[in-house]
Amino acid sequence: MKTKETKKMTDYDMEQLIGQVLRYGVLLSGSVAIIGGIWYLFQQGSRIPHYTKFTGEPAGYTSFNGIYKGLLSGSATEIIQLGVVILIATPIIRIIFSLVSFIFEKDKLYIVVTFIVLAIILFSMFGGLAI
Amino acid sequence: MTILTFTIILLLGAYLAGLAGSLTGLGGGVVIIPLLTLFFHVDIRYAIGAALVASIATSSGSASAYVKEGITNIRLGMFLEIATTTGAVIGAILAIYTPVNLVAILFGVMLIFSAAMTLRKKHEGALLEGSKLSYKLKLNGSYPTKDGMVDYKLKNVGAGFSIMTVAGMLSGLLGIGSGALKVLAMDTAMKVPFRVSTTTSNFMVGVTAAASAVVYLQRGYIDPGIAFPVIIGVLAGAFTGSKLLMKIDVKKLKLIFSIAITLIALNMIYNGINHKF
Repeated sequence: MKTKETKKMTDYDMEQLIGQVLRYGVLLSGSVAIIGGIWYLFQQGSRIPHYTKFTGEPAGYTSFNGIYKGLLSGSATEIIQLGVVILIATPIIRIIFSLVSFIFEKDKLYIVVTFIVLAIILFSMFGGLAI
Repeated sequence: MTILTFTIILLLGAYLAGLAGSLTGLGGGVVIIPLLTLFFHVDIRYAIGAALVASIATSSGSASAYVKEGITNIRLGMFLEIATTTGAVIGAILAIYTPVNLVAILFGVMLIFSAAMTLRKKHEGALLEGSKLSYKLKLNGSYPTKDGMVDYKLKNVGAGFSIMTVAGMLSGLLGIGSGALKVLAMDTAMKVPFRVSTTTSNFMVGVTAAASAVVYLQRGYIDPGIAFPVIIGVLAGAFTGSKLLMKIDVKKLKLIFSIAITLIALNMIYNGINHKF
């Protein structure tokens, strides 16, 4: 790529790194979802779906603890949820990598900006908004 | 219908959603919600959860390529993500107090707006002189074109930031990436060149959707039985789309897709008004 010479090396490195993080995150999440999905169909494929009425998912799928417990017992639905969690985590991990890159570049302004975005997401995660 | 048939049809639908979403730049979420609600009669809350998952999948999948090419403006994206994530959190809170039929109507309106936005004229020109704030915040950049690297500057940072907050709110409330509003903020208000604004918007969708997905996951909106065909289908579709994009002329496709989406949107609004959700 021609961009190598024209861009600051550090910014170019960050772009490649972020690209990799996103790619592997998506691939990993997809693979986990396929494994869980096939198992899920094997177990429950002949049952009737129940999505016309919203009941909210049982606690097992909705918390890290619940997913972890389900994984230990080898439950298919929790394996799929692990894939979902990896997918949701991918852009968040991308932010953490950007934060580290900005620290290396000593870009104070963007260390602060990235930190704010991360803080908002953490607040959303642990702020008790689920109700 | 058994879970197996449901999964197979949804997998196909999600594939087409990912394909159409990546070819037209609208993302995977916009097709997933009508598919689930109008066709499968799935509750709109499960559909919103699925659309969020689809949005993150398309965004991360295609952003990995764009970022490496150096088109995406990472600083601009990062800065505007303050607005979109704040909006997304507000949207997720508002969702508790918003009746589902109103959500359906809002979704329909947003869909028509997105359809119109895909058909509008794009400006590819780069500004030579930016506003003071754009220099202070280091938002100006350069991007590769056929004629080499082109520098661009931008303006109206405040207006762009405000539109982004609204985009984030709608994204949190409806589960879609609201790419159309994001492009409007960057393209029309901030005068960012079209290719930069599209890829940067796509880059931001993942983080914006993740900000509200962490809430919706805990609320039980994301069902594993719906999520897994959606993730796999959308990823595969977006991948095919990114390969096809180089080879085909998407102009006609965009027109057909916009008309189809407008019809679907009217259907959603009609059903919303009649409390069919």
